[in-house]
Amino acid sequence: MLLIHCPYCEDDRPELEFANAGQAHVVRPSHMSEMSDEDFEGMFFIRDNPKGVNLERWRHIHGCGRFFNAVRHTVTDKFLKVYRAGEPRPTDAELAELLK
Amino acid sequence: MTSVAKLVRSIPLNGFRFATDAVTIEAASPAARLSIRATKRGVTSLSKSLGLTLPADPSKSSKKAGRHALWLGPDEWLVVDEKLAAEDLIPKRASREFSVVDVSHRNTAFIVSGDDAATALNAGCPRNLSLKAFPVGACSRTLFGKAEIILYRTGRTVFRVECWRSFAPYVRDLLCEGAKDVRN
Ligand SMILES: [Zn+2]
Repeated sequence: MLLIHCPYCEDDRPELEFANAGQAHVVRPSHMSEMSDEDFEGMFFIRDNPKGVNLERWRHIHGCGRFFNAVRHTVTDKFLKVYRAGEPRPTDAELAELLK
Repeated sequence: MTSVAKLVRSIPLNGFRFATDAVTIEAASPAARLSIRATKRGVTSLSKSLGLTLPADPSKSSKKAGRHALWLGPDEWLVVDEKLAAEDLIPKRASREFSVVDVSHRNTAFIVSGDDAATALNAGCPRNLSLKAFPVGACSRTLFGKAEIILYRTGRTVFRVECWRSFAPYVRDLLCEGAKDVRN
């Protein structure tokens, strides 16, 4: 079983306690009614599906209940980094460093 | 003339007990339970009115005279009192700094004890229950099979398992299977 580190519980926990909650850092618009249909589609439906490093939201649903963000490699399933909700997206340089 | 219906508390699996050489599973006695969400300031005032500190650190608990406060999340706690009723614990004055909800009847609990209590629990719980990873006083929401539970280690070989009352028969059966599977 995969162990996932929860940044709120500060502990490695079995993956069964967690739920994936989609792509991280999707910015919700402040004026949705003023968006074009194309922009809305992009924000609402279109998600990255990379082979490699993916930035994801996770929820420790059967634990502390908190949402947090994770950098996961979609081929190896390895969690490269977890960080609390609200913390900035790792820079490309930081992501490259994580892959080394 | 009106008559007032009197509600009698029914305890799921009241008096249940199952024991092998190494594990004992018992229904815990009725308890008052509070689900608490609070800001930092709320924690200070609730700790005062409850008479015990709501722990700030993950998976930690505090206790005082039959009353226990369990850390569940960064702003969430479960308080269990084995003696008083929930009405006696709820602060008299409301505040925007906290919410306190009486969940005494939503949950029920089992006491799992004995040398192989942790092994029996691991039949359905994927957590590392060694004393190093989950020491006495540790508590956490987790899973037991398909049921969400709150696990609380009250002694080296004693665990309290809180679950929703509708899950109690399932949790009981899986605990018993786990206990039977333990072989010395
Ligand atoms: Zn957590």
